[in-house]
Amino acid sequence: MSSIVIKDLQVAIGDKEIIRGLNLEFSKGEIHAIMGPNGSGKSTLAKVMAGHPDYQVTGGDILLDGESILELEPDVRARKGIFMAFQYPMEIPGVSNANFLRAALQARLPEGEELDATDFYHLLDQKMDLLDIRREFTARAVNEGFSVGEKKRNEILQMAMLEPAFAVLDETDSGLDIDALKVVAKGVNTLRGPNVGILLITHYQRLLNYIIPDFVHVMFDGRIVRSGDKELALELESKGYDWLKEVEAEPVGAK
Amino acid sequence: MSTPANSVDIDRDVGNFFYDLTPARDAGVGLSEKTIDYIVDVKEEPEWLREFRKNAYHVFMSKPLPTHWAGDELREIDFDVIRYYLASGESAKRSWEEVPEEIKQTFERLGIPESERKFLAGVEAQFDSEAVYSNIKRAVADQGVIFMGSTAGLKERPDIFRKWFGKVIPTGDNKFSALNSAVFSGGSFIYVPPGVKVKHPLQAYFRINAENFGQFERTLIIADEGSEVMYMEGCTAPKFTTATLHSAVVELVALPGAKIQYITVQNWSPNVFNLVTKRGLALENAEIKWIDCNIGSRLTMKYPSVVLKGRKARGEVISIALASDGQHQDTGAKMIHAADETTSNIVSKSISIGKGRATYRGLVHVPKHLKHCRNNTECDALLINSSSRTDTYPAITVRGTGNSTQHEASVSQISAEQIFYMQQRGLSEAQAMSLAVNGFVNDLVRQFPMEYSVELKRLIDLEMEGSVG
Repeated sequence: MSSIVIKDLQVAIGDKEIIRGLNLEFSKGEIHAIMGPNGSGKSTLAKVMAGHPDYQVTGGDILLDGESILELEPDVRARKGIFMAFQYPMEIPGVSNANFLRAALQARLPEGEELDATDFYHLLDQKMDLLDIRREFTARAVNEGFSVGEKKRNEILQMAMLEPAFAVLDETDSGLDIDALKVVAKGVNTLRGPNVGILLITHYQRLLNYIIPDFVHVMFDGRIVRSGDKELALELESKGYDWLKEVEAEPVGAK
Repeated sequence: MSTPANSVDIDRDVGNFFYDLTPARDAGVGLSEKTIDYIVDVKEEPEWLREFRKNAYHVFMSKPLPTHWAGDELREIDFDVIRYYLASGESAKRSWEEVPEEIKQTFERLGIPESERKFLAGVEAQFDSEAVYSNIKRAVADQGVIFMGSTAGLKERPDIFRKWFGKVIPTGDNKFSALNSAVFSGGSFIYVPPGVKVKHPLQAYFRINAENFGQFERTLIIADEGSEVMYMEGCTAPKFTTATLHSAVVELVALPGAKIQYITVQNWSPNVFNLVTKRGLALENAEIKWIDCNIGSRLTMKYPSVVLKGRKARGEVISIALASDGQHQDTGAKMIHAADETTSNIVSKSISIGKGRATYRGLVHVPKHLKHCRNNTECDALLINSSSRTDTYPAITVRGTGNSTQHEASVSQISAEQIFYMQQRGLSEAQAMSLAVNGFVNDLVRQFPMEYSVELKRLIDLEMEGSVG
């Protein structure tokens, strides 16, 4: 079974340590949620997995199917099947959603092979129907002038088109009202299944009412301090993050 | 004997090859009155032209190099080692079969005959100083459209040629228009009769093959009342270590109600000094549109202009410039409003890569006595690296109360976060750059004919591959 294993990961930005010995393992077909207060290192974890150049891994490792990905460029990781839905998706002026996705899929083909345009549009139409996205979306420039809700849905559409083995959703719920949240959650639920492992990063329990995780981890001060099932999220909701300060003394390995 | 100068790198510089030929006609190196006599004699030109050329030669000699304008780079041109006229001595052929083998090979490699078959109404192919091939589709010629070289034009249709030749761009307009007027050879002469709308584009392709050479084509296009024509030009040269000079003069005349669209994709090799004067005269209700794309050359100084001479005349310049390491694209536009209710639009986008430098220079002039004139100017610059440079010099003078202008300018950069975002979707850094740059110019590229926009995208991709690393 395909898996991602994070072992004793330590990450710094400049002199500042952000992740201090994080352990986590997840497999295809599973949904894990990572919850935690602001500044606990959740988003850093997502960016480090994707290979953001601003972060230095100072210790530990991230293994994809047993092999370290730390030396790989972000695009190589992406082509190996790691997807990240951004908390703040970037705007690419003048580049249509269709052309962007086409370029991303083309980049996955062996040298000399051309993506078939008809097949591509067929797949795109199919995925947009699945996610209830209107067709005129394809001609709009990537995220340019999009509402927060549209941006987040676009991330899910990209995920649907690129069919990653592992997807890290970084605070996909942030900035969404309840209706937009339901739409995005519905999209994720449509895509979940045995072929993808999903890591949901969120500040609020609310998202987990709509996307039911198999496992929940609580992150605090750069470590995972608690792991459990979906009940843990509810417990956290009722007790609040302050409760973590008491348990922080005893970090636990996930899973 | 064919000697591709660099066969390994052929994809990146499609035009980087040359053939070792000995032209039958060679005016020798350097410029003097003797050079002009040689040109007039071998081309068997009328005496009025000898006078015209010699006068221009003196104007050229008397004018200083405009180094205060683009910079000292111009001093790298050594006018004494340049050859001003090189040709086979044969007239332009009407079928590719008759074109000498090496020259035919050249244009085959550049894909010209193929494009001609696919979508062009006529083609003129110039090799060094003279056209080697010139053909117009029968159906277009039957409508009375004239498409031929400048020498043929001045000899066969002096009635039309002399009426407009040098009238839009006088000899003394600038040092390089004077140089062109002294030694011009090649280029196109086009006349479209009243009401004729030429459906497919006419194309000229300018090829430099020789080293230490100057190409000075002269193009004159006259669209008679209510007619329409689209002209496209492309160009390439092999990469030599010494400076090559290209200095053209292009004059357009749009008579009342006529429309001229002039498209350039300039891809000279990086040793070419491209110093070109382009201007159109638009009479009442006529429209002139320049689509000007500069990717190649060492230094380009080019500011396509429209003189809006008749009421309700319209002028437009769409300009794209890409400046890589060692390149300076000094480009822009000029709009001279000279009648009421005239409108002009300038949209310029430049991209500077590495140590490349892009300069926008614009001039919009609306005098006080005119009414209801409008101008819109937009210039956007994209800087790729921290060492890239862009400058903008817009000069807009709008006087009088009933006239309006709008000017917008922006400078942007592709952020590291945008690149990361695209990389996260699986694109390499170079692919990501290339996509972002194509996005930046996308709205302008869409105005190009399909075949050219594909070519342009490919050229941008190739430039970007070299820019990251």
